[in-house]
Amino acid sequence: MEYVIEMLGITKEFPGIKANDNVTLQVEKGEIHALLGENGAGKSTLMSVLFGLYQPEAGIIKVRGQEVAISNPNIANKHGIGMVHQHFKLVENFTVTENIILGIEPMKSFSRVDTQKAAKKVLEISEKYGLSVDPNAKIEDISVGMQQRVEILKMLYRNAEILIFDEPTAVLTPQEIHELMGIMKELTNEGKSIVLITHKLKEIKLVANHCTVLRRGKYIGTVNVHETTENQMAEMMVGREVSFKVDKNEANIGDVVLSIQNLSVKNSRGLHAVKNLNLDFRAGEITCVAGIEGNGQTELVEAIVGLRKIESGKIFFKGTEIQNLNIRERTLCGIGHIPEDRHKYGLVLDFTLEENFILQTYFKEPYSKKGTLQVEEVRKYSEQLINEFDVRSGKGSVTEARSMSGGNQQKAIIARELERSPILLIAAQPTRGLDVGAIEYIHKRLVDERNKGKAVLLMSFEMEEVLNLADSIAVMYEGEVVGKVHANQTNENELGLMMSGSTRKEGELNE
Amino acid sequence: MNKFKAFISNDKNQKFLIPFIAVLSGFLVGVFILLITRENPIDIFRAILRAVFGIDLNKIGTGKAVFNPRYVGEYFVYAMPIILTGLSIAFAFRTGLFNIGSEGQVMVGSFASVLAGIYLDFPVFIHLPLVIISGALAGAIWGFVPGLLKAKFNVHEVVVGIMMNYSALHITNYFLRNLKGSDNVKTAMLPVTATLNSEFLSSITNKSRLHWGFIIVIISVFIFWFIIEKTTFGYELRSVGFNKNASKYAGMKVDRNTVLSMMISGAFSGLAGTIIAIGTFGYGRVLPGFENYGFDGIAVALLGGNTGLGSVFGGLLLGSLKAAQPIMQTMNIPRDIAIIIVSFIILFIAMQNGIKMILKKLGGAK
Repeated sequence: MEYVIEMLGITKEFPGIKANDNVTLQVEKGEIHALLGENGAGKSTLMSVLFGLYQPEAGIIKVRGQEVAISNPNIANKHGIGMVHQHFKLVENFTVTENIILGIEPMKSFSRVDTQKAAKKVLEISEKYGLSVDPNAKIEDISVGMQQRVEILKMLYRNAEILIFDEPTAVLTPQEIHELMGIMKELTNEGKSIVLITHKLKEIKLVANHCTVLRRGKYIGTVNVHETTENQMAEMMVGREVSFKVDKNEANIGDVVLSIQNLSVKNSRGLHAVKNLNLDFRAGEITCVAGIEGNGQTELVEAIVGLRKIESGKIFFKGTEIQNLNIRERTLCGIGHIPEDRHKYGLVLDFTLEENFILQTYFKEPYSKKGTLQVEEVRKYSEQLINEFDVRSGKGSVTEARSMSGGNQQKAIIARELERSPILLIAAQPTRGLDVGAIEYIHKRLVDERNKGKAVLLMSFEMEEVLNLADSIAVMYEGEVVGKVHANQTNENELGLMMSGSTRKEGELNE
Repeated sequence: MNKFKAFISNDKNQKFLIPFIAVLSGFLVGVFILLITRENPIDIFRAILRAVFGIDLNKIGTGKAVFNPRYVGEYFVYAMPIILTGLSIAFAFRTGLFNIGSEGQVMVGSFASVLAGIYLDFPVFIHLPLVIISGALAGAIWGFVPGLLKAKFNVHEVVVGIMMNYSALHITNYFLRNLKGSDNVKTAMLPVTATLNSEFLSSITNKSRLHWGFIIVIISVFIFWFIIEKTTFGYELRSVGFNKNASKYAGMKVDRNTVLSMMISGAFSGLAGTIIAIGTFGYGRVLPGFENYGFDGIAVALLGGNTGLGSVFGGLLLGSLKAAQPIMQTMNIPRDIAIIIVSFIILFIAMQNGIKMILKKLGGAK
């Protein structure tokens, strides 16, 4: 079999960590080759080596059978290797064409850029692969899915034969994911080869031919996707058996902990995001606020924790009104909050891990005495949390939060919030962007909290998570609750219809 | 060799290696410029040696005294205020703010101290603390304005700071001229109870203007370190400086902290003004323009990596070049060469990521 890319025995070390340890990756021509691994398993490092961003300590790279040295991305481009980054590298106020030709602009006389010629070529490529991108649209005006296609076009315009997709579906809606899968198939039909970095097993099963698995920097194996089950791949990735079903017994439902009455909230653009909403959350129960992104869930959570001002209505926490309290007062009442955006709200990335652990409690004894920080107490507490929640990092308590993997950052936040043993735990998108191992862990922790008799508010956009984890589900559509159902009495179809606002179903819960 | 490689690629060592390399490179550029302008590059080092240690190499063998402690005293007089403005700017940087208004805070600090010095009449152990506190307070008030505007209306503190600098210059000049006993360029001498002058310090440094201000500097460095590194308040300030959203999420009062940060920063600058007025001169001066204490503070803070102790080193280094300038002139080297060296040191500090990369490469990392 002819390999278009061969990476043999790649070893790449960083101070204190072997990011890649004798890793092998062999990609056949015209296939989609998935690269699977948990966060921090070394997928990105391996691809950065291939793309010329890092130089490996050992190992060789072959492109079409020829051994090559790739010392920078330009050389990678010359060999026909292109990368679609997870965070797009586009100029917002340029058109699609301008972005694509950036750096290799075709010229006409008097050093003028020949945009028309370029636009024509862009349109040609776009049609050939069924990308349907408008070459003259501005980036800021097109959807995220379209922006990703522009990134793909950028590679194709540069005649890339081997395309690396770095977690391409993380930012897409289900519909867009579906379309992307189609595009990837189309690309391979035209003879391109694709390396797909991901930790979503479903997608691998759907499109990939082979799958190479990494675990903690080590090469675990390469499997033929058609002959392997999702469970087997998950096991290879995590190193033990993984259950996709969340284990939980019957909920032992208690009193109403949080009661929202006639709540109205405006979003940042001044439009009504939450409209006259009524909802109760009970102890010992995971209540999921489901819905398609942008239907007011984020604003609802922000209103409950105090990050956003409310327009009208009341929020009762254990019978007392809290809508006029400030954030700290609400936190101290017993509300824990795993925020949706962990980099923006959840962590101070330039702080160390231990400094992040005390973000909510730094002013309390024993961490603070007479206004001074008690460094030893903080360290002790930090070590305890690291052990208890298995937070992995390069330098332990003094690791900068920025340098940690997404999964471990999220674990750190969860450790911090759970350790305060809140009465109400608000988990907004707690597993976004995480791998199955971390997801399994977080789900288990949430169920534990519920079993301890805590009220859990789960906000999630992922149908599977909603159905698996929740006891009861409230579906939001355009700022209103359009349906309240028990998780074991509904299915994907019904939820999907409610999420799109087609049907309403109310009054079953909280009767 | 391997030990050396490990040494230069260690993150901890790089913290002091990078400023060291920047300073060295800055001097190299200075030497190079002197060489191409056909001056003797050794002379700048002679000038600095004389400015800092008071040792005049030219006088060796002439029978005159080689060592003159007066220079040492004057060197500290140059260095002390910029250590304080360095602390001021470092404090703001650490909390995510850029206090370019330090210059104005120095001026109002001077003014307030002079005012309290001339118009109050107390025994020294009450009068002197009052005079010092007035300076710090005035600086804090001058820092309060940009802090408040930033917190409430999101006006950038640099814009407000620059305006506050001009306001300080002209307002203080107007009032200084109109104090009792003032003439067009300076106020009356301050009473002894309101100055930091010291017969003793002056006598051991051959009648230099060295004064007790260094005690204020030492206490300030300690306060800086204590607030930033040790207190929960400092933790909050740093948190707000790094990430406003997460701080808000954690229930911190982001707006209040921004204002307080600017006020504390302003207080350090105000103290710089105080020691200039009641230490170096003993009277208030009507200034024709900015004296760049605040702007030098930016360089000091950068050199010192925004830490308390770092600011001391930064201030001593920059002070040495400032103190050497008049001596360089008497040796017929243009004093601008010192300014060029300082500018290049700052430039190299700004390029610290590049230096880090080179060190890593040299250290064997690929």
